[in-house]
Amino acid sequence: MKLKKLSPLVNPQSIALVVVLLVNWALFPGFFNVTWQDGRLFGSLIDVLNRGVPVAILAIGMSAVIATKGVDLSVGAVMAISGAVAATLVTDGYPASVAVIAALAIGVLCGVWNGVLVAFLEIQPIIATLVLMVAGRGIAQLITAGSIVTFADPLLISIGTGSFAGLPMPVVIAIVLLFISVFVVRSSAVGLFIESVGVNRAAASLAGIRSGLLLVAVYGFSGFCAAISGLIVAGDIKGADANNAGLWLELDAILAVVIGGTSLLGGRFSIAMSVLGAIIIQAMNTGILVSGFPPEFNLVVKAGVIILIFTMQSPLATRLIEMRKTQRAVARKAS
Amino acid sequence: MNRSLRPLAATAVIFALAYAASIFQFPGMFSTRVLGNFLTDNAFLGITAVGMTFVIISGGIDLSVGAIIGFTGVLIAVLIGWAGIHPLAAFVIALVVAGAFGAAMGAAIHYLEVPPFIVTLAGMFLARGAASVITQDSIPVTHEFYSKVTSTYWLMPGGGRLSMIGALMIIVFIVGALVAHRTRFGSNVYALGGNATSAALMGVPVARTTILIYTLSATLSGLAGIVFSLYTSAGYPLAAVGVELDAIGAVVIGGTLLTGGYGFVAGTFIGVMLQGLVQTYIIFDGTLSSWWTKIVIGGLLFVFIVLQRLVFSASSSRSKVFWKLKHE
Repeated sequence: MKLKKLSPLVNPQSIALVVVLLVNWALFPGFFNVTWQDGRLFGSLIDVLNRGVPVAILAIGMSAVIATKGVDLSVGAVMAISGAVAATLVTDGYPASVAVIAALAIGVLCGVWNGVLVAFLEIQPIIATLVLMVAGRGIAQLITAGSIVTFADPLLISIGTGSFAGLPMPVVIAIVLLFISVFVVRSSAVGLFIESVGVNRAAASLAGIRSGLLLVAVYGFSGFCAAISGLIVAGDIKGADANNAGLWLELDAILAVVIGGTSLLGGRFSIAMSVLGAIIIQAMNTGILVSGFPPEFNLVVKAGVIILIFTMQSPLATRLIEMRKTQRAVARKAS
Repeated sequence: MNRSLRPLAATAVIFALAYAASIFQFPGMFSTRVLGNFLTDNAFLGITAVGMTFVIISGGIDLSVGAIIGFTGVLIAVLIGWAGIHPLAAFVIALVVAGAFGAAMGAAIHYLEVPPFIVTLAGMFLARGAASVITQDSIPVTHEFYSKVTSTYWLMPGGGRLSMIGALMIIVFIVGALVAHRTRFGSNVYALGGNATSAALMGVPVARTTILIYTLSATLSGLAGIVFSLYTSAGYPLAAVGVELDAIGAVVIGGTLLTGGYGFVAGTFIGVMLQGLVQTYIIFDGTLSSWWTKIVIGGLLFVFIVLQRLVFSASSSRSKVFWKLKHE
């Protein structure tokens, strides 16, 4: 325990990331090459960060939701909705700033809807958000009238493909969001409130936390994060694809949070570790792509990693390790 | 009326009303032909949903069912087309593989104490990935057995055709309902979903039941994969993407609680039929786009969830106390 406090950077997640990166390096020798070109950085490492951003941003919101003992299945659909809203508004002649604000507002609205279902109608989160997951893609298609809406607005495109201080714009957005959310959660009591609601909502309510309002805020934040991701993905392809934008990303986001060590049973959570989890997932994806394996291997490798991590984290493994430790201690005493 | 049957009755009434409204608008929908197509088109979904009902009653969830349908479809196509095995033998192999896969997931859930959501998510990735590694293209299945099965049907009064796979779905539903309500395993599933700790203390074999539940769900998904393979005469690794959501939706609409311990196999049947009705209505209408299906099903899910919520908060005194506490 003491050792952990001394070296917060040494944990299973960062070791896993280093291992994945080293394996990538072994498979593809140029993996760590980063070059400066046209005022921005290029290279596989930058690519890992850039491609991992949509899931990383989703994971930021998802961490808070999962910490309240919930889950938000609708984020992929919300991404599609926000992209559709922004693209349709821009093509209808509204300025890009209005489109961005509207898209973010719609995202928050979707999140608040989920939050109200969970907090006030007391529906289990997995079903409450399933409603929007199923209906959301239909709504997005309704907004785009079933076609892929393409746009040429420079501001929207720069959200997905621009750069700032040498780093791709999505990465900058993710870093800013990460710092703000970690700051808000950890420098105020909000993080503690979220954890207490996740551990025992009735007890938290009795202790004076307005759990209903908090839950709505947390789901709203998750919707907000999903909307940002949706804007990035739409800006990246210069269009809104209601069918495929953010498809199955909710599962990747949940996976990232869980790999980051946040328990699905609520309570203790770490936003930074969830983002690390998202980067691990993306490092594996990129590794498989650059090393020339067919992308289908991706799913199998991902499944393998999930199984490995959970076997290691499971109470059974902990018990086995404890048993060996005590056996060793007993053996040492005997000698 | 028995209070616990209310959600089932509500689902049945809503289905009857929706069907009556559709018939009123399109009299052509009132025929056994449409009914026959209902059964044939939704056979694979229905069979999967039966397994999903058991999983959800036990308090779990199974995200891997769609991937298993895709995987069995590819496996069967490969066994028949490339290895030259008779379809029936291929079916048996596919069912055994799917069952073993489910048993492994159940064992992981019980012994590693990982939430079912994550285990079956890994299972989904694994099955989908394995299918894609075998082939990335659609493999057609051409075998006289297939054409024989797909051309066999019973003529219902009114000219409707009850196909083999439609009949198979009905049989699976009947057997599923009997297993759920009339066997020791069924009672164990309900007990486990009600409260796993109490169930263990009462002597329910938790390990065996958990493994059996996921084995059952995966085997039924394998069966659904066979049905899908017969239905499309092909194996495609990306087949039946998202069927897990349709199945969960059907189960929820059918009145089963996702918290576990409560639900009916018969309700799931109505849930599947209701989804089929929405699709058929949109086809009959012709002017509505297909994405309305998703919106309507999402809306239906919402209505049913709120309905259940109201019924249960009216009947459970515990939640009333909690409600009071919160609003003081």
